Amino acid sequence: MSLQATTSQTVGPFFKIGFEWLYRDSLAAEGVSGTRVTIQGRVLDGDGIPVSDAMLEIWQANAHGKYAHPEDTQDKPLEPGFKGYGRVPTSADGRFRFATIKPGRVAGPDGNPQAPHLLVAVFMRGMLRRLVTRIYFPDEPGNAADLILNLVEPARRSTLIAKNTAGDPGTLEWNVVLQGADETVFFDLGL
Amino acid sequence: MKRVAAYRAPYPGTQPNHLHPPYVSSIKRAPTRPPVPIPYTLSELTGPSFEPEIVAPKASDLTRQHSAEPLGERIIVSGRVLDENNRPLANTLVEIWQANAAGRYLHAVDQHDAPLDPNFTGCGQAVTDAEGSYRFVTIRPGEYPWRNHYNAWRPAHIHFSLFGPAFATRLVTQMYFPGDPLIPFDPIFNCTADEKARNRLISSFDWETTMPGLALGYRFNVILRGRDATPMEE
Ligand SMILES: [Fe+2]
Repeated sequence: MSLQATTSQTVGPFFKIGFEWLYRDSLAAEGVSGTRVTIQGRVLDGDGIPVSDAMLEIWQANAHGKYAHPEDTQDKPLEPGFKGYGRVPTSADGRFRFATIKPGRVAGPDGNPQAPHLLVAVFMRGMLRRLVTRIYFPDEPGNAADLILNLVEPARRSTLIAKNTAGDPGTLEWNVVLQGADETVFFDLGL
Repeated sequence: MKRVAAYRAPYPGTQPNHLHPPYVSSIKRAPTRPPVPIPYTLSELTGPSFEPEIVAPKASDLTRQHSAEPLGERIIVSGRVLDENNRPLANTLVEIWQANAAGRYLHAVDQHDAPLDPNFTGCGQAVTDAEGSYRFVTIRPGEYPWRNHYNAWRPAHIHFSLFGPAFATRLVTQMYFPGDPLIPFDPIFNCTADEKARNRLISSFDWETTMPGLALGYRFNVILRGRDATPMEE
């Protein structure tokens, strides 16, 4: 028998009481290998107004490009203490921030390695189903041949690539722009 | 290319569009460009998992989180988490949150003129068992007004958040109560075009799980996306 997936509904304005117990803004414990990076940014609505009631979830591979998940059968090591999951809310001024390690390259379905990237799901009041996007890294030679980036029209690819922060080499800036000329690219996974 | 069994696309109309103008907050937040279709990669086919130990045994009883019992009508909300292929999803994290019996959330932004209950926080967690079953003890949440339109009231509901086996199966939804007169007027409930899909968000009253002298039982099954039977050529 075939069932239909349950309908998505918004998280509403009061999700903090349900989600706060699992807020994780530090994905990699001390001793986990990989280049440390802090990613920060803002969520902005169609009027450029910061979204103060959004929540981002992050999913990523470890520094070897391996996911802590049984479906990842790549012959690469797992990292004790690294699950690859993060969850952060936006603040009153629409800002979020989390610390992690730069993931390695994960095999793509075409057999070529994907460029390093994080998956991001964005939830907020007013959003009836989650948004799905990716964060790629600046100055990354693998970006040019990345299967997913190449499915995005060139003019919009930059919305997926975090930017270096002047004077702060360990910090990257990446924003979620919901509407307008700089609208972030979101992906269609069916749901 | 490698053949990958993707997650099934939703039946038309069974999932909301991002833009649903009757829900006013969606207007300035829904992206204006169509999402870019991408093939499934290892990134979307994997997803977070949690040790069952992170959920305290008491976390599924929202009536026992304080020194005394909360006010309101005690209820039992239980059900199964299955995928579209009717397979139980074991060890899946289920999070819920809700208003108290007076329709007030324990949240700084909630300024509804209704009392807080010092004995009710309104959040819980559970991990599904081998049959995909979960069970919460809580109180029936109150309806509450909101500012979406003139005289707008949300029907009584409990927010549900589930993970499932992959990033692609993540779902946040809301459970409603049978017979609630506010349901037909709620823009959030009505955001989904397909009437049958909408109505599956309404739990059913259940004698089986009703405990004599203690609590009414409501059943709410959640279906997460299943894999396509045949791998797709990506
Ligand atoms: Fe609510």
